[in-house]
Amino acid sequence: MSRVWAWLRHNGIMIYAVAAIAYMLIPLVVIAVFSFNDPAGKFNFTWEGFTLEHWENVFSIPELNDAMLNSLELAAISTVISTILGTLIALALVRYEFFGRRAANFLIVIPMATPEVVIGASLLSMFLIYGIELGFTTLLIAHVMFSISFVVVVVRSRLIGFDRSLEEAARDLGAGPFTTFRLVTLPLLAPGIIAAALLAFALSIDDFVISNFNAGEFVTFPLFIFGASQRGIPVEVYSLATILFLVSVVAMVLTVWQQRRAERLAEVRPDDEAEIEPYAGTPAAPPAPGAAGG
Amino acid sequence: MTSGRRLTAYALLAPGLIWLLLFFVVPLFYMGELSLRDGTLGNFYFDWNFANYTDSLSRFDEQFLRTFIYAVVATLIALVIAYPLAYAIAFRGGRWKNALLLAVVAPFFTTYLIRTIAWQTILGDNGFVVDALKTVALLGDDGRLLATPTAVIAGLTYNFLPFMILPIYASLERIDIRLIEAAKDLYSSAHQAFLRVTLPLSMPGVVAGTLLTFIPAAGDYVNAFYLGSASQAMIGNRIQGLYLVERDYPTAAALSFTMMLAILIAVFIYIRFAGSEALMGDETEEAT
Repeated sequence: MSRVWAWLRHNGIMIYAVAAIAYMLIPLVVIAVFSFNDPAGKFNFTWEGFTLEHWENVFSIPELNDAMLNSLELAAISTVISTILGTLIALALVRYEFFGRRAANFLIVIPMATPEVVIGASLLSMFLIYGIELGFTTLLIAHVMFSISFVVVVVRSRLIGFDRSLEEAARDLGAGPFTTFRLVTLPLLAPGIIAAALLAFALSIDDFVISNFNAGEFVTFPLFIFGASQRGIPVEVYSLATILFLVSVVAMVLTVWQQRRAERLAEVRPDDEAEIEPYAGTPAAPPAPGAAGG
Repeated sequence: MTSGRRLTAYALLAPGLIWLLLFFVVPLFYMGELSLRDGTLGNFYFDWNFANYTDSLSRFDEQFLRTFIYAVVATLIALVIAYPLAYAIAFRGGRWKNALLLAVVAPFFTTYLIRTIAWQTILGDNGFVVDALKTVALLGDDGRLLATPTAVIAGLTYNFLPFMILPIYASLERIDIRLIEAAKDLYSSAHQAFLRVTLPLSMPGVVAGTLLTFIPAAGDYVNAFYLGSASQAMIGNRIQGLYLVERDYPTAAALSFTMMLAILIAVFIYIRFAGSEALMGDETEEAT
């Protein structure tokens, strides 16, 4: 009995972790399972029987296809714009000293800490006052706006752990600032930028609240679901959601894998050396030339 | 610092920050202007009409209170669920760490609405949760979960849980294990070491996580829409309805402003109480 108790004490927290993770994944399983459902009426809420019909005809609802294409187009354009703008801000914040840094930081943090309803409602207020017609353009403005901050945060975290000595080496070897940026900085930063772009894309394609306020007649994937939920959501939506999920997981795993590869490539960071030192708080000394080989 | 370098910095910042100014800060002013208008749809005119604020407060005081309670309860439950999970991943995850973290963010890979609608299925009147609760007599024969505060709070908790787990995980991960070992070398029990070393060092994550959960939960209207009924309506539902259905823009704008203000005040008091250095610690570190 006491051995059981000891085992539980030791592994209890991992058992809990597995249970908690299972809880987090339940709705995802429900979505995947219900994409094979054969509902009797219009509502896909109770399990009626197994069918592959809705997977075979995933793209058979024109309005749903249009909504999905709208979402993809919007997300693609908004990702390109917000990734460029956000990366430039991150570069300025990490690499330059300038007056107004705190204000800039504040302006970047505050949209992430504002409820989406407020962002959506205030944008709509402005568009209403100017009589601007709601649609693709207003959505694009909104999506770029709420993505920028997240791009900055992701790219900045990459830049902070960035080994400047590689750039200095390039400069020492005679490369100009732009050549250095193109051939050294950008490739090393690429994983961070890709991760930020993926996040921006995911945020855009999943956005409901802000789009709900600023879309007008324009229908995105989440807005289609919202509209359809009153009269019954087609099972194909569940199939599409499952496809989106799988694509996202693959993209995420690939990014993580690529990031780690990039980290290994750039693994000459001084703090790695400091790990061997027995003291926690020792400020990492700059590595002796050639000491960073391993 | 040459002025050339400074100019480069501003040139890099300008496009993005101008976008944020024009489409985040400026719209707030327009919402403020709209909230002080008077009149009817088609003819709203600016009139310093502060009555919109007092009216919306007294009309929706019930929703305000409910929103606050739901958001606080959901945040506390999320904290209780998230802390041990983050602890397990950070200290016991081993080579499964990345897989576990992927599982934590996995819900974000499906559309928010679909996730919530999946909970509608799970908590539905014919679902297995209701069946199970009826079997153990925790729920009466005609009892239901949908359209109850429980369902709405459960939805809020679930949907914003990753926002709680990730910052706590990040702060636990950063803790130097040797500090905990030192506590044990100095004859503290595992309990004491946790309470006096690990927990205080993870507070920045707890503060960040509770804020990142509370703020979106307080502004949410999707969970109350799908999992609740009119008697579980939150402020977000009213703002959405007033803007998009009733088109009573001045009242809607006043209500949005009041909500934003209420959340800001709550957050400010909380940070004062919890200690702002816990939250801003990273900022100064990053500014170097």
